[in-house]
Amino acid sequence: MMGKDNMTLLDFRLTESNTIPLDSLAYHVGNTPLLPLRRVTGSLSPRVRVFAKAEWFNPGGSVKDRPALNIIQNAIINGHLANGKRLLDSTSGNMGISYATFGAALGIPVTLALPANASPERISILKALGAELILTDPLEGSDGAIMKARELAAEFPDKYWYANQYSNEANWQAHYVSTGPEIVRQTNGQITHFIAGLGTSGTFTGTSRYLNDQLPHVKTLAFQPDAPFHGLEGLKHMPTSIKPGIYDEALAGDPLEVKTEAAHEMVIRLAREEGLFVGISSAAAAVAALQVASELEEGVVVTVFPDAGYKYLSDKKLWERA
Amino acid sequence: MTTLRIPTPLRTYTGGKSEVTVSGAKISEALTDLTTQYPAIAPHLFNENNELRPFVNLFVGEHNIKDLQGVETPIKDDDKVMLIPSIAGGSPFPLKGEGSGMGV
Repeated sequence: MMGKDNMTLLDFRLTESNTIPLDSLAYHVGNTPLLPLRRVTGSLSPRVRVFAKAEWFNPGGSVKDRPALNIIQNAIINGHLANGKRLLDSTSGNMGISYATFGAALGIPVTLALPANASPERISILKALGAELILTDPLEGSDGAIMKARELAAEFPDKYWYANQYSNEANWQAHYVSTGPEIVRQTNGQITHFIAGLGTSGTFTGTSRYLNDQLPHVKTLAFQPDAPFHGLEGLKHMPTSIKPGIYDEALAGDPLEVKTEAAHEMVIRLAREEGLFVGISSAAAAVAALQVASELEEGVVVTVFPDAGYKYLSDKKLWERA
Repeated sequence: MTTLRIPTPLRTYTGGKSEVTVSGAKISEALTDLTTQYPAIAPHLFNENNELRPFVNLFVGEHNIKDLQGVETPIKDDDKVMLIPSIAGGSPFPLKGEGSGMGV
């Protein structure tokens, strides 16, 4: 038996009475490494440390395994996915890959609305996993995919169960029961600042609520793209986007803003100075975390790196810069 | 005159228009016309050195200008040009021939 501190999402579920066993992939969701940034932190006070949760260690390759698994488990428990109903949601990629991964493992068919300009790597992975894809107008971005999923859910209620990651409480709750406790354990409770990017806002909301409950002195901060038109995949500029139902504006306060170009520079620095080959939103998280850390004399700043760089390789100009 | 399709996040700067008619024999001239008509859009497309920002993608028909001649890519009057944010190098035509909005 693992101790409570080592529990995975699945273990939390299995402690309840009416749960069903899931495929073993689920055992490997969460408990990701907390990696220190060592060299990009050069200008910081020597008493400040910056750490990142390496979420690409999840079986589906991103942080989205946590909410996807929790959403699917809750849906199964509540009977939403019975009788061959298809799981339907909108996604810009990673959430879809997590749904498709667990859907394939559990025999749950998955339908995804995603913008047609999602990266070719993502579309290829989703097709490999057998998801049904509905490509939406690239000019409408992720909000266009949300509208399409809503439309389909309303039109075919018998065919689809609309998972709605933006409003599903199981999204932020996944982070409350896993990401939050892991960070507290991995920092020996010494975390002073937590910062995460806003997409659905699930990572930020769930982790921050846990930290606020357990260690109320910890400062929890959010960041977002600096403008409505940006290249930070998976992140939302909240003032100009459809607001997620689970978004807690009071908790997020006044989010920091990250420019796409700053994330592009950081993605190269993380690869070449830290050996961390991460995605654009991870680099944006590093930019935000370093900004927070630069204002401190001492502290332990923790952020979340949502995924690795593999799904962004088709953006050749990004990686081939000197 | 060329039709330039504008993505949702930038329509704030084009008076809500989803399509704008621009003139010019190449992309750079069309963009100059666009920013002359709608100056507030300029900082979203260009950096301080007046270069196209790296995540800004322009498609002439189905072709990304990054794979053609960049902003020097020539355009014809009846061309449809699409301006979309990069989702990490994504193309609006990842599955040629299958079209957008179709189940695949």
